Amino acid sequence: MSDPLSQDRPICVAVLAIGGQGGGVVSNWLVALAESRGWVVQATSVPGVAQRTGATVYYLEMIEAGGQAPVLALMPTPGDVDLVVAAEWMEAGRAIQRGLVSPDRTTLIASTHRSLAVAEKSRPGDGINDPQAVEVAAALAAKRFLKADLAQVAAANGSVISASLFGAIAGSGALPFPRAAYEDAIRSGGVGVEASLRAFDAAFNCLTEDGQEEVAANPKPLPLLEGGSTDERTRYQALTERAERTFPEALQETLRAGLNRVIDFQDSAYGEEYLDRLDEILDLDKRLDGAQRDYNLTAAVAKYLATAMSYQDVIRVADLKSRGSRFSRVRDDISAADEQIVTITEFMHPRVEELAGLFPAFFGRNFEDKKLVRLLLSLFTGSKRVRSDSLRGFLSLYVLSALRRWRRKLLRHEIEMEHTRRWLANVTRSAGDDYDLAVEIARCRRLIKGYSDTHERSISKFDKVMQGIELVRGRSDAADWARRLHEAALQDTEGTALAGALDTIRSFTGPESEVA
Amino acid sequence: MAERSFVQEVQALRLGAGETFRGEGILAVTKALLEAGVGYVGGYQGAPISHLMDVLSDAKEILDELGVHFEASASEAAAAAMLSTSMHYPIRGAATWKSTVGTNVASDALANLSSGGVTGGALIIVGEDYGEGSSIMQERSHAFAMKSQIWLLDPRPNAESIVKAVRDGFELSEASNTPVMLELRIRACHVHGSFQTRDNVRPEFTLEQARNHPRRETDRIVLPPASFAHEQEKVAHRWPAAVEFIKSRKLNEFFEGDIEDVGIVLQGGHYNGVIAALRQLGLADVYGKTRIPLYVLNVTYPLIDDEVVVFCSDKRAVLMVEEGQPDHLEQAVSTILRRAAVITPLHGKDVLPKAGEYTNKALVEGIGAFLEGLKDTALSPATVSLGSDLPEEVTQALNEAVPPRPAGFCTGCPERPIFSALTLAQQDVGERHIACDIGCHLFSILPPFNIGASTMGYGLGAASASGLNVAQGKRSISIMGDGGFWHNGLVSGVGNAVFNKSDDVILIVDNYYAAATGGQDILSSRAGNLNRSTRHPIEDAVKGVGVNWVRRIDHTYDVGAMRDVIEEALTTPERGPKVVIASSECMLNRQRRERPIRRKARNDGKRVVEQKFGVDEDVCTGDHACIRISGCPSLTLKETEDPLRDDPVAFVDNSCVACGHCGEVADAAVLCPSFYRADAVHNPSFWDRSFARLRGTVTTKLQVRRDARRLQEPAGEAPS
Repeated sequence: MSDPLSQDRPICVAVLAIGGQGGGVVSNWLVALAESRGWVVQATSVPGVAQRTGATVYYLEMIEAGGQAPVLALMPTPGDVDLVVAAEWMEAGRAIQRGLVSPDRTTLIASTHRSLAVAEKSRPGDGINDPQAVEVAAALAAKRFLKADLAQVAAANGSVISASLFGAIAGSGALPFPRAAYEDAIRSGGVGVEASLRAFDAAFNCLTEDGQEEVAANPKPLPLLEGGSTDERTRYQALTERAERTFPEALQETLRAGLNRVIDFQDSAYGEEYLDRLDEILDLDKRLDGAQRDYNLTAAVAKYLATAMSYQDVIRVADLKSRGSRFSRVRDDISAADEQIVTITEFMHPRVEELAGLFPAFFGRNFEDKKLVRLLLSLFTGSKRVRSDSLRGFLSLYVLSALRRWRRKLLRHEIEMEHTRRWLANVTRSAGDDYDLAVEIARCRRLIKGYSDTHERSISKFDKVMQGIELVRGRSDAADWARRLHEAALQDTEGTALAGALDTIRSFTGPESEVA
Repeated sequence: MAERSFVQEVQALRLGAGETFRGEGILAVTKALLEAGVGYVGGYQGAPISHLMDVLSDAKEILDELGVHFEASASEAAAAAMLSTSMHYPIRGAATWKSTVGTNVASDALANLSSGGVTGGALIIVGEDYGEGSSIMQERSHAFAMKSQIWLLDPRPNAESIVKAVRDGFELSEASNTPVMLELRIRACHVHGSFQTRDNVRPEFTLEQARNHPRRETDRIVLPPASFAHEQEKVAHRWPAAVEFIKSRKLNEFFEGDIEDVGIVLQGGHYNGVIAALRQLGLADVYGKTRIPLYVLNVTYPLIDDEVVVFCSDKRAVLMVEEGQPDHLEQAVSTILRRAAVITPLHGKDVLPKAGEYTNKALVEGIGAFLEGLKDTALSPATVSLGSDLPEEVTQALNEAVPPRPAGFCTGCPERPIFSALTLAQQDVGERHIACDIGCHLFSILPPFNIGASTMGYGLGAASASGLNVAQGKRSISIMGDGGFWHNGLVSGVGNAVFNKSDDVILIVDNYYAAATGGQDILSSRAGNLNRSTRHPIEDAVKGVGVNWVRRIDHTYDVGAMRDVIEEALTTPERGPKVVIASSECMLNRQRRERPIRRKARNDGKRVVEQKFGVDEDVCTGDHACIRISGCPSLTLKETEDPLRDDPVAFVDNSCVACGHCGEVADAAVLCPSFYRADAVHNPSFWDRSFARLRGTVTTKLQVRRDARRLQEPAGEAPS
């Protein structure tokens, strides 16, 4: 061989971002930075349609200028990347998937915040993917793994994530340039310089190599209810004391939350009803040696009974929407300054069914057949834009919320309580034979959610799961199947996964077990 | 108004001799055109060459000074046809587009152009949208070059080489009376680099001279017998002239290496990738010094037989690096070697991927396999680690966790409500065959909408549904964007439907721009444009070709109205094509236009209303139905601190632009009452304040009264 090959190598940098996050800005700053220090830098990207919210990669190679012109690559080579910057947590995972992160070379900087993908957001249950998978993989794949919530850092400084990413790159020391050169690069860009520099500064020191702890279990003490007459407060006091006295320690948090919720929904008498029902469940639980099982049954019922009893009717929505605390929350959400005026427009669409729920139970029953009533009601249904801060809008909500006094005599209440009664009966009936199954049945109440059609669909899903459970009742793995049905029902809206799970069950229980 | 302003870049076009240009590859090409004395440029925008078009659009002043005409062509076919100017007149002309899709559209004109041949240099700059990030079918432009006999340049991907290729291209074109195609891959178009500039050159022969002294040479026109003569001329004169030029000017490059009995033949565009791969294998360095000899084809068509033979003779083995399929080059090199009786084994797609992008990883593996096949210990490449080896279960967990993130509608996009409406309409009147087109609206085929069965080409949405044009069964729906409509759709879609008495529905998405390609103006754009004629309503055009049933929605965000008009189109007894025009401005461009104005007004103390949508956390039950018919990036989820809840609730983040879609959908689909819109009035007027005070007094009093009578949960934390 004549002259030996040079051992110089460029610094290779990949920036993974989501279209619209400003990955291009980071790339441009890096170019300006390297060039200002007399380096040769080459940057490229494949923006194209990925600019529209898709995942995208910017790639740079930089090398100190010398006598010879370097030949730099236009895309990263696995195993050859020195610095990977992920502008979102899962994008760090994508960098690892693409092989860009290697243990002998790569510094990986990741923002810990999540920007959820459509696939995660659209599942009916909790479809958010496991961020821990990235943590585990990154710890193994990277030489150094640095992270911080850079979106939060940017927002706190009135800037965007490109600025905090750039600060994090500077802070990591992965590139051989002084801090001032980074700041000059931001200044040379000329747009939003002050805010960018603030975010840069905050991000400079915020990276950590520590594993992300699950947020330490340090629950805030549950707040007490506020307001109310002296009588109500006394009764509330008595109820909380009763709850503390009669229920096991482990259930206190759920129980307090449940008690608060149902009283907030109605009144202290309703809270008493809640505890009465739970007393029965706890007795049953104790008889079944529930202590051995951390009182799972009572815990599940305490949680879902509270939700069932605080169903979302017109009165409830009007109440929540007209509260003073809600008005302040909206102001906070848009960071309204004191001198600004904020108006709120609600998007509502009551149907005949919702309004019929406001009728006294005896009258509302069979209203399906009462054509005239339906016709009359239809005058008040349909698309509504309500300005809840205006006198007219506020008064309508206020008056509706005042119907609370009569709520227990109304049709909707009767329907909800009947459904709750049947569900509870099923739980108690099952507990004696199969404790775990009873717990699963209690938990299935989670399926019921939404309003209008969505609500009806969720009830029909719940019913299907209940029917499915009847097929496996008596089997030793009945509880497992119940849990699987429950999970399947949360997979998609169409009920495909649930139908699949039901088919599987029928395949071993036989056709004679067909239920309507 | 294009998506970006290119004022700065335009200034770079003025650089003179000996100065340094720094910027994107595609902008270097723009500067090189002016240095080469180009007389006219035309093209159709699309990644990755949009910036070339955008910069020239903003550079009217400079172009006028130089006497250069720039045409924002209606389509690639129009741009290609423009090059006929160089047929009779000694004027250099250039056309540009996204390939291969644009080349498909242009190929009729290109075939006619290359049959007759050119007098002035004709350069076609194709941005190759191939591989990662591509939005089109994966094909090669190479076949077009071969079929029409257009020379194909594929320069090394650095600014100097690309700029040189522009100069060489014009000269080659003139020396061989043949149009030349300059192929630039997407990364080369976007690569940031630098080159030494020269002075811009005014064309010697001007367009004005051509107009005043018209010429015609009938033997250049494609009509028998000239057309038969053209074919002979191509092989007898133009080809040899091109070969002579390429050889004498050394357009292809040889790089020597000390391992002389092995070699790599490569497309110029892959030079940097091959060097990076060889560097990883320990056979090259970062300054391009290589141990293995390289023959770099900066011209991939025609091949120079002598050069191929000289390079390959006396070698043990040669590797052909040629991206994409079919393997036109490998076949051609084989034929050349066979004819010259050179027995050197030729490798290529036996060790490299047969199809797909030649990433650095593919090159490292392919070249590694080629060298290992030589079974020569002196040559064995360094062992290369291609990333980390994670335990199986870690990789599997990662694969489950990392969600696919395809491109989608932007926050506030006016097209989203159209597809929410279409979803609701189908729930009411049944599923339909839906034919799509090219443009942002094609994101409808992805979740959460999952709408659309086909995309057949730009402006071909309506035409692609015409096979189902029968009287029986349910009406079909076809969709076109305004870009596609003016590109081709008016005639091949709408005119075709009228003429063939179609009874189906054509939905035209009018967002005021060619939005997907960067927000360029088109005929129906609403903005005034000094250099172009805009504001020609789609509605008039559609009625002009004979459609009687036309409905226009001027606010697509009104999902209910949108749904109703679609349902009407699907159910009306009226015969003939039904055209629905859904018009609202592209939000990306609108924000770019309005945001600075609003900010200024606010700072000037004027009354400004800023809006944002929100979800009441305690009203939302967390079933996410709203997300399933919206998919807005700003409508996302949030975990709550409520111990009684299992599922995260919907949440509108700060990127919300208050388009109103989420609220409209919640209403139109009767979902839930969780959504609200908050209007913050900045710099409120006296009346604003007085009314607000009055409202505040009453509501607060009532709230206090109610609070005193009932227990309630204290205020939760504000959504962050």
